[in-house]
Amino acid sequence: MQTRLLLDIAADACPDRLAVGSFAGGIDFQALRARASAVAAWLKETQAHHAVFVGLNGAELPVLLFAAGMAGMPFVPVNYRLSDTDLQKLVTRTAPGIAVVDDDMIPRLGVIDDVELVSRSAFADRFMAGEAPALQDVPEHENDLAVLLFTSGTTGDPKAAVLRHANLTSYVMSTVEFLGSGEDEAALVSVPPYHIAGISAILTSAYGGRRIVYLPAFTPEAWVETAARERISHAMVVPTMLDRILDVMEKTGERLPALRALSYGGGRMPEPVIARALALMPHVDYVNAYGLTETSSTIALLGADDHRIAIASDDPAIRRRLGSVGQPLPSIELEIRREDGSLCDPCESGEIHVRGEQVSGEYLHKKAIADDGWFATNDSGWLDEGGYLFVEGRLDDVIVRGGENISPGEIEDVLRGLADVADVAVLGLPDDQWGEKVAAVIVSRSGTPDVDAMAAHVRGLLRSTKTPESWFFRAELPYNETGKLLRRVLKAELAESA
Amino acid sequence: MDIKPGSRWKSAVCSAELVVVRPPSSVGLLACGGAEVVPHGSESAAGGDVHPDFAEGVLIGKRYTDEQTGLEVLVAKPGKGSLSFDRRPMTLKDAKPLPASD
Repeated sequence: MQTRLLLDIAADACPDRLAVGSFAGGIDFQALRARASAVAAWLKETQAHHAVFVGLNGAELPVLLFAAGMAGMPFVPVNYRLSDTDLQKLVTRTAPGIAVVDDDMIPRLGVIDDVELVSRSAFADRFMAGEAPALQDVPEHENDLAVLLFTSGTTGDPKAAVLRHANLTSYVMSTVEFLGSGEDEAALVSVPPYHIAGISAILTSAYGGRRIVYLPAFTPEAWVETAARERISHAMVVPTMLDRILDVMEKTGERLPALRALSYGGGRMPEPVIARALALMPHVDYVNAYGLTETSSTIALLGADDHRIAIASDDPAIRRRLGSVGQPLPSIELEIRREDGSLCDPCESGEIHVRGEQVSGEYLHKKAIADDGWFATNDSGWLDEGGYLFVEGRLDDVIVRGGENISPGEIEDVLRGLADVADVAVLGLPDDQWGEKVAAVIVSRSGTPDVDAMAAHVRGLLRSTKTPESWFFRAELPYNETGKLLRRVLKAELAESA
Repeated sequence: MDIKPGSRWKSAVCSAELVVVRPPSSVGLLACGGAEVVPHGSESAAGGDVHPDFAEGVLIGKRYTDEQTGLEVLVAKPGKGSLSFDRRPMTLKDAKPLPASD
């Protein structure tokens, strides 16, 4: 099964429904398919093996994604935020390829052997302007590679995660109801094109019959303004975005009455932020999602009812589920395993393993999935008695102090409960005696943090071995644009200054 | 008929269109309204009437399964006929929709 099928059946069933863009000037499903077919015919005439995209969000993105799928070429959206050198290196790896590149980014790429650069404006003039072309008949192909996403590796060159048509279509068809969206629904997409959620949003929206509205570059003001103007019903945000969005809404008084569902993921959402969102927009369903590039996006969900039950509960075991990512999707098998491979007991932390058709667990030229289909996520986590999943972060981030495994997330949560702590990161620093010691980096609200009180607070709620021994203070913590804390950057800085 | 995953079919006797989500474990005859379905792209349909034994209709976006062979199809366009595999009526798959997360 290929991604084109998702668009084909939507375009046949509701040709006139808006697929991408605003009420004024948007593209309907029929036009999206026709334009994608024209682009596919063009791609097939070239000698390219990859269809590359270097640019901001916009209607060209779904057109190119579906076109590449029709033409049997992997679609490769590349992170334009990389340095020029790294960007050139990645694009070089797509040769022979054809790359659609935002006009202002073309000079950054220079000349790359066997990669033809097409400016976005030239692409738009040829394929996006005017009346939609007639539907081109693009014959089916056998290439199962749909999308390549370069993941930021901790060491060495980025790896190209492979998503096959079978992974993506399986994800979409097992999580979304075909045309399950009402005609008035619209999703606001602000994650960048090279993020898995940017890819899956295109596919799930097409199949669900939901209009997509893009925000080319995120600012909280533009997000709120667009959501109001386009009567956005659904959106996905990362934690750092939501906090800033709420600030704007408090200031302007905008309450986004059309918004029905807000999903968040891509990092730990502080409980005060979600509590503030619930108070400001009680009409909205909140969904926490957990997933990886290698799993075609979401594998576990904390739904709206879970949120309501948790927040209303006096039982600490239920209440804490607000900090979980909910239960695995029905189409996913999920296990927590110890280092020796045996299964963990409830509430015992270990490595999260998953299996299912949407799980690719594959990199270019390297399969990372076991023969029995299980994929080791390299994320540490645990399941409670009710099967709710708590994600603690990357296994590499676990602090090993004197043989004891300490999860930074647990300590961060405790510190975040203090009024003076605006933001916090906990990590391990080299230590001669213990191997690693626990360090805390705090963003203080008052500017005059009380270290003894903070340490006493942690010691009171957790074991003394989990109490940070080194304390650092920063004006802000480093995050990437999808809200992931750059722990490695922070760790390198601290190691250098120590 | 080659009932591959992703293959598209249409009813010969009503407006229904189908996509195969899971293939059957054994060969058999997929029918809508009591008449064998035809490939989606084919120009002409045989025509005729929906058989009264297979006239409950199919709904767009719903999945129907044949338990015996594991066959599962998605209805891409609704119709008056109902689905059968080797004359066994296929049943509506009850699936609770998940909230949107992307």
